[in-house]
Amino acid sequence: MKANFLASAGIVAATAVALTGCSAGSDSGGSSEAASCTNTIVNADAPQVTVWAWYPAFDEVVDQFNNTNDDVQICWTNAGQGNDEYTKFSTSIESGSGAPDVIQLESEVLSSFTIRDSLVDLTEFGADDVEADYAEGAWEDASSGDAVYAIPVDGGPMGMLYRQDLFDAAGIEVPTTWEEFEAAARKLKESGDGAVIGDFPTNGRAFNQALFAQAGSVPFEYDSASPQEIGINVNDDGAKKVLEYWDGLVKDGLVATDDAFTADYNTKLVDGSYAVYLAAAWGPGYLQGLSDADPDAVWRAAPLPQWDAANPVQVNWGGSTFAVTEQAKDKELAAKVAMGIFGNEEGMNLGVDKGALFPSYAPVLDSAAFADKEYEFFGGQQINKDVFLEAAAGYEGATFSPFQNYAYDQLTEQLYAMVQGEKDAGQALDDLQASLEQYATEQGFTVK
Amino acid sequence: MATTTAPTSSQPAPAPQQARHRPDRNYRRKQRWGWLFVAPFALIFLTFLILPLVYAFRMSLFTSTLATGTKFVGADNYLKAFSDPIFLQGLGTVAKFALIMIPAQMLVALVAALVLDNLATWASKFSRLMIFIPYAVPVVIGALMWGFLYSPRFGPASSIFSIFGLAAPEFLAQDNIFGSLVNIVTWQWAGYYMIIIYAALRGIDPGIYEAAVLDGASDRQIALRIKVPMISSSLVMVVIFALIGTLQFFTEPQVLKGVAQGAIPVSYTPNMYAFTLAFSYSQFNYASAISFALGIVVFVFSFIFLFLTRKQSGLK
Repeated sequence: MKANFLASAGIVAATAVALTGCSAGSDSGGSSEAASCTNTIVNADAPQVTVWAWYPAFDEVVDQFNNTNDDVQICWTNAGQGNDEYTKFSTSIESGSGAPDVIQLESEVLSSFTIRDSLVDLTEFGADDVEADYAEGAWEDASSGDAVYAIPVDGGPMGMLYRQDLFDAAGIEVPTTWEEFEAAARKLKESGDGAVIGDFPTNGRAFNQALFAQAGSVPFEYDSASPQEIGINVNDDGAKKVLEYWDGLVKDGLVATDDAFTADYNTKLVDGSYAVYLAAAWGPGYLQGLSDADPDAVWRAAPLPQWDAANPVQVNWGGSTFAVTEQAKDKELAAKVAMGIFGNEEGMNLGVDKGALFPSYAPVLDSAAFADKEYEFFGGQQINKDVFLEAAAGYEGATFSPFQNYAYDQLTEQLYAMVQGEKDAGQALDDLQASLEQYATEQGFTVK
Repeated sequence: MATTTAPTSSQPAPAPQQARHRPDRNYRRKQRWGWLFVAPFALIFLTFLILPLVYAFRMSLFTSTLATGTKFVGADNYLKAFSDPIFLQGLGTVAKFALIMIPAQMLVALVAALVLDNLATWASKFSRLMIFIPYAVPVVIGALMWGFLYSPRFGPASSIFSIFGLAAPEFLAQDNIFGSLVNIVTWQWAGYYMIIIYAALRGIDPGIYEAAVLDGASDRQIALRIKVPMISSSLVMVVIFALIGTLQFFTEPQVLKGVAQGAIPVSYTPNMYAFTLAFSYSQFNYASAISFALGIVVFVFSFIFLFLTRKQSGLK
């Protein structure tokens, strides 16, 4: 009996060890275990740097990097796109383990992570030396004061993609100002084939904010050098002017208010429901990936309409970077990878050709090949030269809050209330201002 | 009815209650074996339920703001939670869901079970399976599917309504989202509750029905006066399941939020609020407090309900 008891105890103990051993094994994974990489490691002896990213066709970029670097290898994981990835990263920060060495982050969320001390200032690893290689506005978005928290990869200068065939059928000239845009919207509606000029999604987040910025709205003042102070001006005159304009279009039924990035929205983008897609430079790639497209559609690109045609203002929607996390084991090596993945012409060209990225890396951005690139989807139009290069050159950068996700969620709620007719544009922005001020105070910030 | 395999009414005779004897060596040895067999379960239970709960409770006693770091605040987070208009509004929403959704599910499940209990054809077996099948669809997939069915562009509603020359309702609009969610949950869970109720009905001695028929009871009287009272303990259990599930409402609105972001804010239900706080806004401490606060509410409501129905459930 006793022997049996001991034997059973032994089995239980072994099981326990196996269980804990298993969990310990997966915990310590990440940097050291090749098994968790999506890509194949070319040089197994070299140290590995883990990377989270969701760029299209990123596998080819990783292979290119691993084939050309003997001293370091990338171990890549796609941990989800945008918020899905941030949720995982945020949880890893809280738990103190599990974050990758290098992570793709959109520039608008950088300060949300720097305030949690989770990103490394790359100036000590030579980021300053490569500043000249990047577009000015993109570099501005990745830095805060003297510190540089990320290396820009791609940008989202905005333009207007439109259906030439629908415009022609309704006899509409391409609008260059918002006034003309409204006139075009009326004309299109009167032509009566059911299409509207475009969509004003209440969940547009960075899209809505970019439209506000075009009229001079500067929603936040924030510098990670004094992280406890923040200026909030989401209801400034620029934002109100723009939102009142769109509220008018919505009330007159000239634009739709469909949620963005749903299956319905994706279909309407390409089936002729909207004549215009106000888009960032990654928009053309997004359009081409959608199914159910109208086969007769004739797409063209034009600059974003302006408030004042004499003084054009360029804005940016989206765009992402590579940052190095505080959990990185070898920060210098991780910084090298962050700067090196797209920081060379071969890598960036792969991103441009295969992933339809709009590069922030100047040698590619300024190259004749990029400017002259003809896009079949746009009937051979050189959309970079015609639209996006100028938009990128004019973009001066923006400042985001360290609680950008919260700010966007609140913006969505207020915009929804507005399009439901519960409040007017000014009231929606004033309420947004109040809720963000209260939140900032609760979070321990001094509101300037 | 003749082919029924319901067990006879004879309950296992209760074992003669012995005076609890002093634990002798033999008993202790048996006890030791018992613990050993429980150990694998206990290990998992401790690691994945009790420890996280303790950890989360500890977290809920601290506060951590973006700008100033972590400090101990005791019950402050709980005071804040129960005076937080967003949390209270979320509780109001799930209370409304409980009031509408639980009776709806119960009614569908009970009627289906009573009807199926009375039929003994192949159709009843088939219908039973069909009613149960939605429960076999994973919740997320079910909600995604309904998202498409509700879609004005992809869903069947617009073509069905246009036959009668009507405009289809916008299922995902602010005014209709409540009913749309009730519909999804009822569709998914009524079949499961129906199976529980049906099993309880099968456990009733058919001899009772024969006696009732001899006394001149109609089918409806048998159903409402005999069957329903006899399965009241199962009904109470079903309501408790539904109550707990409804107060923790999360998956369906979270999934539908993807296609109806305006109508379903991120703090629609308390669980969604806790999730958003923790994973979108990095307020893990307050999110833990919200979760425990919700746990307290669920406990209180379940307790009240069990107390009120102690007679029906056989607890008394």
